Amino acid sequence: MMDIRRQRKLFNFFALFMSMMAVAFGLFWLFWILFSVFELGVSALGVDLFTKMTPPPGSEGGLLNAITGSLIQVGLATLIGTPFGVLAGIYLAEYGGHTWLGRSTLFINDILLSAPSIVIGLFVYSVYVAKVGHFSALAGVFALALLVIPVVIRTTENMLVLVPNSLREAVFALGTPKWKVITKVTLRASVAGIVTGILLAVARIAGETAPLLFTALSNQFWTLDLNKPMATLPVTIFKFAMSPFADWQRIAWAGVFLITLGVLILNILARVFFRQKHKN
Amino acid sequence: MNGDLSMNETMKNDIPAATLTTQITLRNFNFYYGKYHALKNINLDIYRTQVTAFIGPSGCGKSTLLRTMNRMYDLYPDQRAEGELRLDGMDILDKSVDINHLRARVGMVFQKPTPFPMSIYENIAFGVNLQERLSRSEMDERVEWALKKAALWGEVKDVLNKSGMSLSGGQQQRLCIARGIAVKPEVLLLDEPTSALDPISTMRIEELVSELKEEFTIVIVTHNMQQAARMSDYTAYMYLGELIEFGVTDQIFIKPQKKQTEDYITGRFG
Repeated sequence: MMDIRRQRKLFNFFALFMSMMAVAFGLFWLFWILFSVFELGVSALGVDLFTKMTPPPGSEGGLLNAITGSLIQVGLATLIGTPFGVLAGIYLAEYGGHTWLGRSTLFINDILLSAPSIVIGLFVYSVYVAKVGHFSALAGVFALALLVIPVVIRTTENMLVLVPNSLREAVFALGTPKWKVITKVTLRASVAGIVTGILLAVARIAGETAPLLFTALSNQFWTLDLNKPMATLPVTIFKFAMSPFADWQRIAWAGVFLITLGVLILNILARVFFRQKHKN
Repeated sequence: MNGDLSMNETMKNDIPAATLTTQITLRNFNFYYGKYHALKNINLDIYRTQVTAFIGPSGCGKSTLLRTMNRMYDLYPDQRAEGELRLDGMDILDKSVDINHLRARVGMVFQKPTPFPMSIYENIAFGVNLQERLSRSEMDERVEWALKKAALWGEVKDVLNKSGMSLSGGQQQRLCIARGIAVKPEVLLLDEPTSALDPISTMRIEELVSELKEEFTIVIVTHNMQQAARMSDYTAYMYLGELIEFGVTDQIFIKPQKKQTEDYITGRFG
């Protein structure tokens, strides 16, 4: 008897040790990345970053046009993608989930979810940019929205399916029409999860470079015209980090820092929101 | 056939029919989950403002039977009912029945408390708003009335804006009962309403039911035979989808006419 117990303890210790090592291994790289982003990024921070445009090599400048461009394109893409995603998710969870159409839609959606984002970029390039003949922020917005939609569909569907059927039955039992069951109760019960999904979708597209390379391209100057190429943080970082100019590289690090910070804040917001809603 | 026989016997022997009127009638009623024949040829009368209990071992079809009375099974495409099921003469199974109106007339409380993700006040106002247009003060009165009926008013009157999910299990179940009676249904279906509750909450709900039967027709499914004996006026014993015996509760428990019923009630089976 004793022997078995000791064996079990030893095995437990071993398994615990291995999993802690795995955690340490993962965290080591993560913290290294965060540390270098922080170190190199903070040293390049300054007022100029938020007040000046991306400069030609060798002169002073900032990231104002890229920050604004990112905010506009990510914001619009979210505004366009979210309603489609939520409505499609409602359809899949509450109406068509078991039908042939519903199942195929879910399957295709999962493929889209894991499709490389550059494919989306090339798709928008071929159906929109190539047709109108120039790069534009609008094309970038379309590409980003196409990335938002599958994420929001999946989370909405998931969260609604998690709502227990007993709750759904209880609402129906009062003589509630189906659309009211959905809008007043099941959506309310899953709103925290859905909002979390949207925030995570925003965090994802905020850092996307590939789909913008063929669509919004970039722009060294200030513009709010959606029909013109527009700068974004990721593409600017890509351009500046690849350059041989030390001051461009410095600005790229500052951009990396800003994006990392932004995504971190979004993630924390998502968690806080989810937890607060679930306390009730 | 079995159900039909016991029905006729009990009708003759046990029921003082003079003062009672039938509210729900089942004749040759059958129910299917896909191909599975879950309820077989049920014949049964549910009397107005009486408590009728369904007892029987797990899987005998008592919850299934309850869920046909507000057509809850409609939510699931592979479930279907055949035969005759009437509420005050109205054919419940008819496709043209306004199902939301039916469910307003036949309320239901489930096994697990299911508060909606909204405040206590809104939990009750929700159902009322579906059926009636009330002014704010009328709604306040209705909410208070329902909570008092459900013996919950004293505990929640100062926290009506708190989430319904923040209440204890027993309170949540009383909230669900309040929500069910707030729309003033004629029939209240209770599907093992106390099986997830502690003894004190169970006792309160049992007391509540005995008060509610003054105004509502109550049908209750329970696994607890003492509970059926304490609470109900009529008892139906079911086994394997058939109605074995139906009659006045005292008769069923003291002098059942079928051997099967006796075996179940005395604990020799089930």
